[in-house]
Amino acid sequence: MRVTVRFFARLRELAGAETVSIEVTAPATVSTVWQAVTQAAPDLVPFERAISCAINAEFSRMSHPVSEGDDVAFLPPVSGG
Amino acid sequence: MLSVTRDPLSVEALTAQVEASVRHRGDGCGAVASFLGLVRATHQGRVVKYLEYEAFDALALQVFSQIQAEVEERWPGAALGIVHRVGRLAVGEASIVIVAATAHRAEAFQVCRYAIERVKQIAPVWKHEFFGDGEAWVEGAVADPADEAARMRALEIACA
Repeated sequence: MRVTVRFFARLRELAGAETVSIEVTAPATVSTVWQAVTQAAPDLVPFERAISCAINAEFSRMSHPVSEGDDVAFLPPVSGG
Repeated sequence: MLSVTRDPLSVEALTAQVEASVRHRGDGCGAVASFLGLVRATHQGRVVKYLEYEAFDALALQVFSQIQAEVEERWPGAALGIVHRVGRLAVGEASIVIVAATAHRAEAFQVCRYAIERVKQIAPVWKHEFFGDGEAWVEGAVADPADEAARMRALEIACA
């Protein structure tokens, strides 16, 4: 199935794109999606323990299942304010 | 009263909105505390030329709503406004404005402090600093809105 992956801030720069469309095999979780994108962009790997994720603009967990057409976002540590 | 904008911020405009929202509710509004976060001229000894802020707008609005709900639960009757600016900001410009309106002054300061601490913990916003001699992304907290320990820390800071 196909999902859209969205990157922010330094993750976006390291991934080289704001969004990418990738194919993952069902059943898949956010973690499966992360594994797939880090294979294509190994520079992202060091962030593994310091990312937050969202599915369709709702905070989620790496263990959460993803569905066809989902928009999965990976967020580096935040620095607003 | 909750938004992400590319435009310059106005504490007066947000104050008017927040005050009007509680003027005739409960005990009314006898106190407003506001907070402005500004772009500082230096960061760890380096001279800042300008900053760029980036946000995940849709998620940021949800986080601001969550913070508003947390405030309403802890300080019933309080009103809260949060506006974060994104895009390129010059030194001295405001990146965030927070306005808290309550019946009495003690709670207004608490709500305002709580809100900025929570924004720093969980709002999906990122600061990119540009110096005379390079640039750097600032990375603070790993955002987890369900982390109760973080929420308690913000509450302790606010009520200290």
